[in-house]
Amino acid sequence: MDLHAIQIPFHPFVLPFTIGLIFVAFYIIGKWIYWVSRFSWEDKKKIFVGLFSLKTPQAIWEVFMESLLHRKVFQRNTLLGYMHMSLAFGWFLLIIMGNLETRFFTHGRINPPYIPIFFEFFEHNLVSLDYGRFFTFTMDLLLLFVLSGVGLAYFKRFRSKPLGMKNTTKHSTIDRLALTALWLIFPLRLLAESVTAGLYDAGGFITNSIGAFMMTFLPLHNFYYASWWAYSFALGAFFVFVPFTRYMHIPTEILLIFLRKYGIAEKNIHSTYTQVELSSCSRCGICIDACQLGSDLGIVSTQSTYFIKSMRYDKPSEMLVDSCMACNRCDQVCPVGIDIASIRANERKMIQLFQENSYKYINGYEYRKAKVAYFAGCMGHLTPSVYKATLALFEKAGVDYNFIDRDGSICCGRPLQLTGQEDAAKQLIEKNIKLIENCGATVLVTSCPICAKVFTDSYKLKIPIYHHSQYLLKLAKESKLQFEKSDIQITYHDPCELGRGLGIYEEPRELLSLAGNLIESNNSRENSLCCGGSLGITNLTQEQRNTIASITLSELAVGKADVVATACPLCKKTFKSASEDIRIADISEIMLGAVQKSANKLISKEVNKSVIINN
Amino acid sequence: MVNFGYTPLPTHIHDMDKASLTLADSISFEDASFNLCIACGSCTATCTAGSFTNFSFRQMCHQIKRGESKQAIAESEKCMLCGKCTLACPRNVNTRNIIRLVRKANQTI
Ligand code: SF4
Ligand code: SF4
Ligand code: SF4
Ligand code: SF4
Repeated sequence: MDLHAIQIPFHPFVLPFTIGLIFVAFYIIGKWIYWVSRFSWEDKKKIFVGLFSLKTPQAIWEVFMESLLHRKVFQRNTLLGYMHMSLAFGWFLLIIMGNLETRFFTHGRINPPYIPIFFEFFEHNLVSLDYGRFFTFTMDLLLLFVLSGVGLAYFKRFRSKPLGMKNTTKHSTIDRLALTALWLIFPLRLLAESVTAGLYDAGGFITNSIGAFMMTFLPLHNFYYASWWAYSFALGAFFVFVPFTRYMHIPTEILLIFLRKYGIAEKNIHSTYTQVELSSCSRCGICIDACQLGSDLGIVSTQSTYFIKSMRYDKPSEMLVDSCMACNRCDQVCPVGIDIASIRANERKMIQLFQENSYKYINGYEYRKAKVAYFAGCMGHLTPSVYKATLALFEKAGVDYNFIDRDGSICCGRPLQLTGQEDAAKQLIEKNIKLIENCGATVLVTSCPICAKVFTDSYKLKIPIYHHSQYLLKLAKESKLQFEKSDIQITYHDPCELGRGLGIYEEPRELLSLAGNLIESNNSRENSLCCGGSLGITNLTQEQRNTIASITLSELAVGKADVVATACPLCKKTFKSASEDIRIADISEIMLGAVQKSANKLISKEVNKSVIINN
Repeated sequence: MVNFGYTPLPTHIHDMDKASLTLADSISFEDASFNLCIACGSCTATCTAGSFTNFSFRQMCHQIKRGESKQAIAESEKCMLCGKCTLACPRNVNTRNIIRLVRKANQTI
């Protein structure tokens, strides 16, 4: 074939590929335009402003790092990261290199897309041209790179443990078909190129050797066209499958990264952004192992990957929406960064069970007046040892506090929020804001992370809000509290709402390290396990909750700590009912112990007295 | 039967044969822990809503079991789903779920 000829070569076998490509390209562009057009004006403005700012190159960089190199998956497991990277980045490089190669050999001519893909078919004697060896070698190397990923993917279907996954997603039939097409693409490419290389003694180091080897016992000329047709078919089929399968995540994730960079996020109801997020889920299944409902209870059909899938195609069943502890562990591990928590929370809002005026009976009630307001909350009231210890420390530090809800409080609203009862929660929040504002506080301290979360996110109070671990640390830093460090070994359990919910990881640790030695458990901070007591789920039995609690506790006690410290009254209660062997204490109780041990005996007397007074 | 001259007032008779137990049945079916309640009242004693109003989870369960669904549904609305009762219950009754089921019945009845 004369490469200089203006006429562009063609063969009917390129049609399946070309038709598939045109279809998918139109579909994706259409979908992107549709999505972007449906954003609110505010979001559109954000996109427009962002487009011409530094955010665009930053987004491009992120697309490169995440969509191609899969950095986050690498951080989880090197082998799994390599698998994703070799498929994505390898394929990308093949396309780039293929295009460069074709451009080079056709002297810069603009070619239809099928030419670079099937270049070996149209030009089998590259080796004899200038730089021919370089290109054939590189292309073979890249193909090998992709094939190694495909090989790992095959392997993962049978044994996923070495790739850091205990469970993999159960895919639907159409996903499996698309997967088969994808898995066939590269082996078929290898076959077609090898057959060609064998027949014409061309190709790079792999295709040439395989071709030569096959030549020795196979009539390769009989397979020549068939192999190219098969390769083209696999590609075409895959492209046609993309819009209807999880592979839609490939183009959508790119859009998602840009939108996120431009500052668009989940709102308090489903939005177009949600649509984009749903299509961005690759059903990689990384969220499955994170979910304790699966690992501890064997409930393996409600994990986020399935929830998101059913959200994308139709409506998730009530069971699917409700069966989640809202612990947000899955959120934390999702390599695509989908805001799963918000999507589920918004879906739960679809059913409002309470009326407009459910809590009209709360009337003429007042909290106690205070400067530093201490709020125990419902859970706090159930664990008197926690508030007693906290208040004893306040006494010791000379804080001018008052226990504003000592005679009882209304619920903070967070438990209602967690179950999707937004309207009811709003009523309580409004009432509680008034009550707190009326007590004249300048600072609000609570022992309950559940309250702290909703105070911070939804109350819009004008005063600072502290969790007691933060406030006690502040007192220690101001030298109002002195602790004596002992050699007690402490493992700290990050409560879901305090850690992942509010991002408070450091203060409790800093505080505890004033009292003893900290041992980190395997799953700490962002990966901390849920205690099982979650108010975000209602359909677990107490036995199931206990199972989760004991597994979490045994994880925590692995480091042979003397005491497991929590910073949440609900965690403490849940752990206590699951185990009697392991000592569990709230952070405030441990700190009180560290104060009492100090040389000044008077102090401990004083503290004891204050404990009694506060009872 | 000997007639002692005493008869219960008609307004004080609760005829279980005529009571509709649909709600009770559907709740026991959806959450079997409903059947574990021994009416000890721990839930009511600790109830957050109960410190502001006469709402009682224990009583609500009675109403359901007596077929007084309407009253039970009206009562359930006062609950704040705070979860104290779940922690207080010695019989591991899944109280929050039962409240949710009663509230859901409100939408279907
Ligand atoms: S939600 Fe995230 S982690 Fe889960 S399957 Fe989808 S992309 Fe993977
Ligand atoms: S939030 Fe927690 S319980 Fe819910 S799906 Fe994610 S990991 Fe599982
Ligand atoms: S605490 Fe439990 S057993 Fe006792 S009345 Fe309430 S629901 Fe029934
Ligand atoms: S969840 Fe409802 S019934 Fe239970 S203690 Fe709270 S307000 Fe009372």
